[in-house]
Amino acid sequence: MHFKARAGEKLRDTRLQQALAKAQGKFVHTRAEAILELENFEAYRDAAASIRDRVIRDLDLYLEQFEKNASARGAVVHWAETAQDVNRIVCEIAELHGVRKAVKSKSMVSEECALNEALEAAGVEVVETDLGEYILQLAHEPPSHIVAPVVHKTKDEVSDLFEQKHKKPRKTGIPELCREAREVLRPHFLSADMGISGANFLIAETGSTLIVTNEGNGRLVTTMPRVHVAITGIEKVVPTLEDIATLLRLLPRSATGQAITNYVSINTGIKSRDDSDGPEHFHIVLVDAGRTKLLGGVMQSMLRCIRCGACMNHCPVYQNIGGHAYGWVYPGPMGSVLTPVYAGLENALDLPNASTFCGECAVVCPVKIPLPDLMRNLREQQTEQGLRSWQERLALKIWAWTALHPGIYAALSRIAARILKGMAGGGKLLHYLPGGHGWTDGRDLPAPEGRTFRELYRERRR
Amino acid sequence: MGRIRAALGKSAGRADREEIDAYISQHAAGPRPRAEWNLIARFRDRVLSLASSIDQVASASEVPQALARYLRENNLPLQAVCWPEFTQLDWTAQGMNVAARPAKGSDLVGITGAFCAIAETGTLVLLSGKESPPATSLLPETHIAVVRSTRIVKGMEEAWSLLRKEYPVMPRAVNFVSGPSRTADIEQTVTLGAHGPYRVHIILVD
Repeated sequence: MHFKARAGEKLRDTRLQQALAKAQGKFVHTRAEAILELENFEAYRDAAASIRDRVIRDLDLYLEQFEKNASARGAVVHWAETAQDVNRIVCEIAELHGVRKAVKSKSMVSEECALNEALEAAGVEVVETDLGEYILQLAHEPPSHIVAPVVHKTKDEVSDLFEQKHKKPRKTGIPELCREAREVLRPHFLSADMGISGANFLIAETGSTLIVTNEGNGRLVTTMPRVHVAITGIEKVVPTLEDIATLLRLLPRSATGQAITNYVSINTGIKSRDDSDGPEHFHIVLVDAGRTKLLGGVMQSMLRCIRCGACMNHCPVYQNIGGHAYGWVYPGPMGSVLTPVYAGLENALDLPNASTFCGECAVVCPVKIPLPDLMRNLREQQTEQGLRSWQERLALKIWAWTALHPGIYAALSRIAARILKGMAGGGKLLHYLPGGHGWTDGRDLPAPEGRTFRELYRERRR
Repeated sequence: MGRIRAALGKSAGRADREEIDAYISQHAAGPRPRAEWNLIARFRDRVLSLASSIDQVASASEVPQALARYLRENNLPLQAVCWPEFTQLDWTAQGMNVAARPAKGSDLVGITGAFCAIAETGTLVLLSGKESPPATSLLPETHIAVVRSTRIVKGMEEAWSLLRKEYPVMPRAVNFVSGPSRTADIEQTVTLGAHGPYRVHIILVD
């Protein structure tokens, strides 16, 4: 099923619409307030974009630095070319260390690979510990937002789910639901053999991984189990701790409107003989899975992305249909670019078109990714590769030809303006247009006044 | 690496490596808030906005009394675990039972120090180590942090400098703690006490 069909379905889903209505604007508002604290926010965005560009330009060298420094502290760096490689590597690590249970904090990269299924097939119990991801694991659903994965569910749905799965008296208050989840999950943290996390950043200077969390599950996952596996994309490397400071002033503000997340955890290497806690084994899996395809090309700026979710929070399309309609791990404008690039343009035909091109995503992006330009580029590629329908391509060809012949263009538009005026029958709006129901089903088309712009222009200049 | 280099259309030469090393060793800071804060006032203000609480005492010997008062006011148990540096304080005089060991899942109050604190965001910086087990600030429902007010620095950049100066080798874990753990996953409603502490109480020592 394509985006268009799914979007229609989501618009008719009343429970989803309720959940989206509650969420609407919350992150937009909190972000707007949070960025006011930093006078001259643009300077921070420029600095962040240039840090990310610096890394991407010399990605090989920064990764080399990172690997050298991480290995020196006893971490093992693995390179995964594909999503399947990630699953194979993590299953091998689990087997090597005799892992039976893994606790996991949020990792979008692991969603790219469907890692949980692979581990379960290998006989490892996997427990998601981010509250939102845990709810989704119970409900067997994918996340619909990269920061607030369960934004599509209402509190009542969570109450029903917990009652059914935990077999405890039904809780209706949000604090009680949170406490119940905490009490169910705490024993898992203490009994798991392996912790799996993502990494928001890799620090080349120190060979460290960095994660930001609010719940504290990221700290538990990286502290309590004897094996820690961090999985992240190769593009996440950042040169220095000072660069981290700049990015940390932007990431939480752009994501949830916080000046800083509750926890920032920087992990370097394995526990030493003196340490009372921390993992004995630390594996870092660096994932390509399509990222090198973006290097050196027109889409390269997408690799700056720090996964804050601001583009989807501010997107009028996302706000109305939620994340599942986008069909893969990454929703919203960033997903409309990443999904076609990672999963193939032919598999995501509608996504570059799932935008009104209002441009808000590019305005709020903390690392200044020109998202509408990238979507426009993907649209061009679709047309050039003949992936759009023949009717659409023919229509564009005809339009292009007439646009190159001003006389014919003027004549045709004169005729069209008069016909449309006639069809409106003296009214100002057209409710139906033959062959154009895609537009008129959802809204009216303003009827032309009967004369074209060029006619009016010529007349007034006289 | 081969794929990355091919895609970037370059080969890695020695000059490139030297340039990267030079950039890293510069530790160049980006844009920063320009305000000249009174560090203690700013820290206190940020801490309160993060839903933590804060108290101030004149010397370390006054910590047990201030802590016992806080625990009684909040109906919290007078039993705690602490980092070794606080084992010398006279806890029993305040009716408290404090053990100097890393926290376990069942401990309800954990007392830690801090490497330093960041005024800009109201953040505690905690390092892992034999004398500073991370579990103590993480597993108990109440986290008490005893912070010397001279260790409050302006921003992350000053914290990094201090870290490089005092720890030539990066500790295994550097944790920033900014308030009690929280989640807003259900209906974007902020709820305190997710997987970490429900309460963070800071005692500043002059």
